[in-house]
Amino acid sequence: MSLVEQEDAGALATTDAATDSRAARLMKRRSRIRLYEVAIWIAVIAAYFVLPSKMLILTEIAILALFAVSLDLVLGFAGIVSLGHAAFFGLGAYVAGLLALHFVAEPVTGLVVAGLITGLLGFLTSFLILRGSDLTRLMTTLGIGLMMAELANQMAWLTGGADGLSGFSLNPIFGVFEFDLFGKTGYVYCLVVLFLGVMIMRRIAFSPFGLSLKAIKSNAMRAGMIAVPARKRIVTAYTIAAVFAGVAGALLAQTTSFVSPDVLAFHRSADVLMVLTIGGTGYLYGGIFGAILFTLVKDALSIVTPQYWMFWIGLILVVLVLVGRERLNRWVDYLPKRMAGREDDR
Amino acid sequence: MLTILFDGIAYGMLLFILACGLTVTLGLMNFINLAHGAFAMAGGYITVVLMNRYGISFYWCLPASFLVTAILGLVLERTLYQWLYKADHLDQVLFSIGIVFMSVAGADYFMGGQQQLINLPPELSGRMDVLGVGIGRYRLFTVVVCSLLAIALQLILSKTRFGSRLRAAVDDRRVAMGLGINVPLVFALTFAFGSGLAGLGGAMGAEILGLDPNFPLKFMIYFLIVVSVGGTSTVSGPFLAAMLLGIADVAGKYYVPAIGPFVIYALMIVMLILRPNGLFSRGIGR
Repeated sequence: MSLVEQEDAGALATTDAATDSRAARLMKRRSRIRLYEVAIWIAVIAAYFVLPSKMLILTEIAILALFAVSLDLVLGFAGIVSLGHAAFFGLGAYVAGLLALHFVAEPVTGLVVAGLITGLLGFLTSFLILRGSDLTRLMTTLGIGLMMAELANQMAWLTGGADGLSGFSLNPIFGVFEFDLFGKTGYVYCLVVLFLGVMIMRRIAFSPFGLSLKAIKSNAMRAGMIAVPARKRIVTAYTIAAVFAGVAGALLAQTTSFVSPDVLAFHRSADVLMVLTIGGTGYLYGGIFGAILFTLVKDALSIVTPQYWMFWIGLILVVLVLVGRERLNRWVDYLPKRMAGREDDR
Repeated sequence: MLTILFDGIAYGMLLFILACGLTVTLGLMNFINLAHGAFAMAGGYITVVLMNRYGISFYWCLPASFLVTAILGLVLERTLYQWLYKADHLDQVLFSIGIVFMSVAGADYFMGGQQQLINLPPELSGRMDVLGVGIGRYRLFTVVVCSLLAIALQLILSKTRFGSRLRAAVDDRRVAMGLGINVPLVFALTFAFGSGLAGLGGAMGAEILGLDPNFPLKFMIYFLIVVSVGGTSTVSGPFLAAMLLGIADVAGKYYVPAIGPFVIYALMIVMLILRPNGLFSRGIGR
């Protein structure tokens, strides 16, 4: 081997190492913990002490946030518009409710089982998602959502039909922390689950796996050309999202000790899309911000017009879209650079 | 047996009239308009109001509901929809869901949440026997009107200048514009026409499909199946898809009431597995 060749090889090795470390640095920069993340977690913990009388609505926000974050994995990263994400939410709620009614009343076991079963449904249905265009996906997801709602309605012997599932109570969490009347334990419980869920999804979303999902979203064919197995990735992401949506549903069933057929209703799927629109897609925390805003707005509206709040929600949606989601979500850009630190590669 | 087949055909015809406006919207502008059912509902309510409050004959109500919803569609297209043709599908979905919510709550506010009934003219109600097959008179009327409409649509699309402009614009929007076809105008007219047809379908379907404020939500899935199974390039594709869906739904609900509601979903899944790009796809995924 001549000296020149050796030098070449050496140079090649260093460029390789350099690209490697550049990629590593990029990944590290992407997954860096940002200031607003810390701020939001401090805020939700502080809410426990500052707003002791608002536990129920805070719990509702935490559950909706987990649900929305799970959809963000599908929508914001993999780019699949789903009209039937409530199918998983509702299934999780029913599984948790039935489990508490007939088998074990320990909440964490319920969560795990609900997550596993909805994950199975997500895995099975994800193969239908792979087919066709955006339109067929809308049809499929909407169809699956409606089918689950119809199933719950028809299997009244199991689910209680239109009356819903009630009459179950839960044991203390791990046998230690008992659910209290004011929902304090419930809030902390939901918060812990939300935190764990978001951290797991964050790890997934900001890994090379998450990057490859974004590549598929931008252009599935090109992603395939750089050897990203698009189908496999979408199946995985959809299944994970289903698991967490199911966990969110299970949380709702456990904290309210009631499952109504409403958990599978179409408006839930639409609500969660709207939550993500308000908060912004593609960075996970949009689900949390959106959930806070959405729940407060909906709460205020349902006090003002108990029957017709749907109209105002619809109006907000139309205005949101016409004004432009991008313009709306750019508020993060106005934060100081260090604080926002968002990537430009959305 | 034949009665059910006939009911299914009438049902499918209605679905076709309701959904065919949507196929054009989708094919031409690639716009996913989930609010299509809202136009149908508007048509239904117009008929109900005209008949029950002002006592106008049913036969006059049908063209009236067509006209009013067509104008409504034109106005909405010019004011709101046209800004969203270039938006991505998520925006379009959210926007049209917003419209659906507003229409549902609006109908509830103005008309109340109950099922609306219309009193058919006496010559259209009841059944008659044709060769031992019981046929509802109104269903026969529906089938006749809808088939005439379907034939007219096919003729307009294939024979007239407007139809060829429309087809050109669907096939390749940019080239069509280059040839001097005023695509936005073509589209606005088509949108209005499609909305009008939906309104007409809603008016005629008030008897068969029922009419209450949840109409746009209830039938959203039917429209989506018709359009995505039938494809957006022809009239015959959605027509066959609608017939298939109508017959399957009616037969399923009659023969196996326990699993009747699931027939359409089963159909949807089978279709997805066998023909993911629609019954008559041209091989190009849109």
